[in-house]
Amino acid sequence: MKRNTFLAGVAGLALAAGGAFAQVNEDAPQGGEMVVTYQDDVATLDPAIGYDWQNWSMIKSLFDGLMGYEPGTTTLRNELAASHEISDDGMVHTFVLKDGIKFHNGREIIAEDVKYSLERVTDPKTRSPGAGFFGMIDGFDTWNAGEGDGLSGVEVIDDKTVQITLSRPDATFTHVMALNFASIVPREAVEASGEDFGREPVGSGAFRLAEWTPGQQVVFERFEDYHRAGVPKLDKVTFDIGLDPTVALLRLQNGDADVPGDGIPPAQFLQVMNNPEQADNVVEGGQLHTGYITLNTQMAPFDNVNVRKAMNMAINKDRIVQMINGRAVPANQPLPPSMPGYADDYEGYPFDPEAARAMLAEAGFPDGFTTELFVMNVDPNPRIAQAIQQDLSEIGVKVEIRSLAQSNVIAAGGEADQAPMIWSGGMAWIADFPDPSNFYGPILGCAGAVSGGWNWSWYCNKELDARAAEADAMADPALADEREEAWRSIYVDIMDDAPWVPVFNEQRFTLVSDRMAGDDSLFVDPVHIPVNYDYIYSVEAE
Amino acid sequence: MSGYLVRRLIESALILLGITFVTFVLLYMVPADPARQIAGRSATAETVANIRDQLGLNDPLFVQYFRYLGNLLQGDMGRSYLQRAEVADLIAARLPASLLLMVSAIVTELILGLTIGVVAALRRNRPADHTLMIFSFVSISAPQFVIGILLLYVFAVQFGWLPIGGYGTFAHLILPSITLGFLGAGWYSRMMRSSMIDVLEQDFVRTARAKGLSRLHIITRHVMPNAILPVIAMIGIDIGLFMSGIVVVESVFGWPGIGQLAWQAIQRVDIPVIMGVTMVSATAIVLGNLIADLVAPLIDPRIKTK
Repeated sequence: MKRNTFLAGVAGLALAAGGAFAQVNEDAPQGGEMVVTYQDDVATLDPAIGYDWQNWSMIKSLFDGLMGYEPGTTTLRNELAASHEISDDGMVHTFVLKDGIKFHNGREIIAEDVKYSLERVTDPKTRSPGAGFFGMIDGFDTWNAGEGDGLSGVEVIDDKTVQITLSRPDATFTHVMALNFASIVPREAVEASGEDFGREPVGSGAFRLAEWTPGQQVVFERFEDYHRAGVPKLDKVTFDIGLDPTVALLRLQNGDADVPGDGIPPAQFLQVMNNPEQADNVVEGGQLHTGYITLNTQMAPFDNVNVRKAMNMAINKDRIVQMINGRAVPANQPLPPSMPGYADDYEGYPFDPEAARAMLAEAGFPDGFTTELFVMNVDPNPRIAQAIQQDLSEIGVKVEIRSLAQSNVIAAGGEADQAPMIWSGGMAWIADFPDPSNFYGPILGCAGAVSGGWNWSWYCNKELDARAAEADAMADPALADEREEAWRSIYVDIMDDAPWVPVFNEQRFTLVSDRMAGDDSLFVDPVHIPVNYDYIYSVEAE
Repeated sequence: MSGYLVRRLIESALILLGITFVTFVLLYMVPADPARQIAGRSATAETVANIRDQLGLNDPLFVQYFRYLGNLLQGDMGRSYLQRAEVADLIAARLPASLLLMVSAIVTELILGLTIGVVAALRRNRPADHTLMIFSFVSISAPQFVIGILLLYVFAVQFGWLPIGGYGTFAHLILPSITLGFLGAGWYSRMMRSSMIDVLEQDFVRTARAKGLSRLHIITRHVMPNAILPVIAMIGIDIGLFMSGIVVVESVFGWPGIGQLAWQAIQRVDIPVIMGVTMVSATAIVLGNLIADLVAPLIDPRIKTK
């Protein structure tokens, strides 16, 4: 399944530049603490429900699943699993649990907990936004429809062993088992808390929840029985809640905070970067993010492929990147550069207003046309929309900007005949896991081109859908390169139909105080936003 | 008096009922679908349909409204779509902080506003008066967000006298109260000034002066008590102003009140929380007005409760 996060637009699953193996110092000293600031209160810490950029990495530190990632990288590793075997046909995955692993309540984790956790997240009563990720597990369809008495594909062999049978081979399954939604939770704690489990989380992660004062503070403390020796590094992580990003920056400059969780506010970005002392404390990394303009392929005149190509040639992406102070790199295809499957040698459509005008004339619009561009009403998106408006007026296309609240733009995109063009900023696609399939299904595939879907171009190419399914069926790790190549060609072929104008890939900038140390990759960790809480250490502990 | 009170209470209840209806209908008409918001972008159409069904969002507007109203009357405000926690708990956890901020802002605006108004009236048309009135203009027009950040920068960052936002001690309370009270201080100073000037020109003041009373005695005993009445009557009405102000001020200072809660709920179409906060604020405003009307005749017998 190719499903994606509904991250509220700041930062999602990002990828360290180059995606190489990081040199994480596993022997760093333990001790010390860190203060992270946030504006919004934490919505929930229930791993089956939490699905925003803020609680995503908090949950990662409170909970573990069978699979995880090497810190600072996108390389999968066993987490609670001691071993993981795949049958030859790719249909049966057998996991054996590590010995002596415990929940925060002290109870040992057994195979039955795995079954319970996967059934809980896929149970329709849980209303988990991540249920759909597990669609490849045998028995999902009936269980998720509210029938039967469990997920038949998940079988407990003994206390340590669990066997998961799929209904189709799926190369993304191991990534799915590393998602927060696949975290292992203790049944007794979930049942005791009921709907309040998100306020009283009990997991097996490196930290446990010590304190939660709504609107003020969330405090994590070290879990002494964590299954990895020497982890976490810090004794305590305090999240100060309710601070406007501008105020958070003042706190950091005053030495009262270590990481502004909401990032550097756009208005202060240049000020920070121009101050050598502060610029030194900024770590830059790539992100699995693409910002794009959707062209509704079912609405005139964007049902004409030449009109869509002309749009692609008319937008000055460099200028837009400049407008946001260089916090991104121009894009020419749906995948971001740090995603496997990115086509390095693909040149994309050139910026050429002359050729764009000629192509429009050829398509039957020598005098251009009038259309609408939907955009989320939070800076810098309306400004970017104005730049697009100006670029398009150069080729005779008159654009009216509809600047609306996020939910209204999403609602318009989900209807076939509402939004001719949408600038994705603030709602753009950010991958849940580092796999090329993650950018296809809901946003470019036929499955997403339905009412309420996220394929706002309403682009549906049956041939590409078939090739995508074929690529995802290559579950054998030996076929990884072939699979990546298959995905690469799919995305290049999509650009021939030009349902999007890919505009830029956002970069990530993390500001950190002098008190914190660790490999740079931990501060732009692809999986942990804003930073990897488990492995960062304090210089005061040395 | 008791008949009047009963009538006013019934009126207030009807107003609140009207507010539940209007808010509910408005939220119903917003094009954003809360089920889709909960489901996130990964959800299939079936998942969204399942969520709609569980939340009862497929029912007709009136069925949904009366269900909400029925639960509300039993004290059940529902659970947050997003946090899954009881709305009543979420609000109860935050209400004390907002009330504290509001009370201290009222104290701030009265001290600032009344003092400025009295001084300006006594120095009428002199440089002190002009300076103070310019100040009050500024305080009425300046956005609270800007004032808040400015105060933080000067007193918390540059001088380091006060904490940079947060909650807990008296020191934390000072800057948010001033920011929130600033706007009201401007209004009150203008009101107090004109009210003082009115009273100063009354016959009884001239009589007092003719009797040979001292200037200080006339002002404190005869002028101020009369001038302050119309101003006091305004405080109850002010609560509405504060309710909008706390949304901004709480988010600047990281003050854990219901304004912050409301702001986040609106962003995420968390309807039960929006409804809950609206009801609580509406109740506060209605009560504020009621109290203002009930108190006014007590402090000024010329106003009759009919």
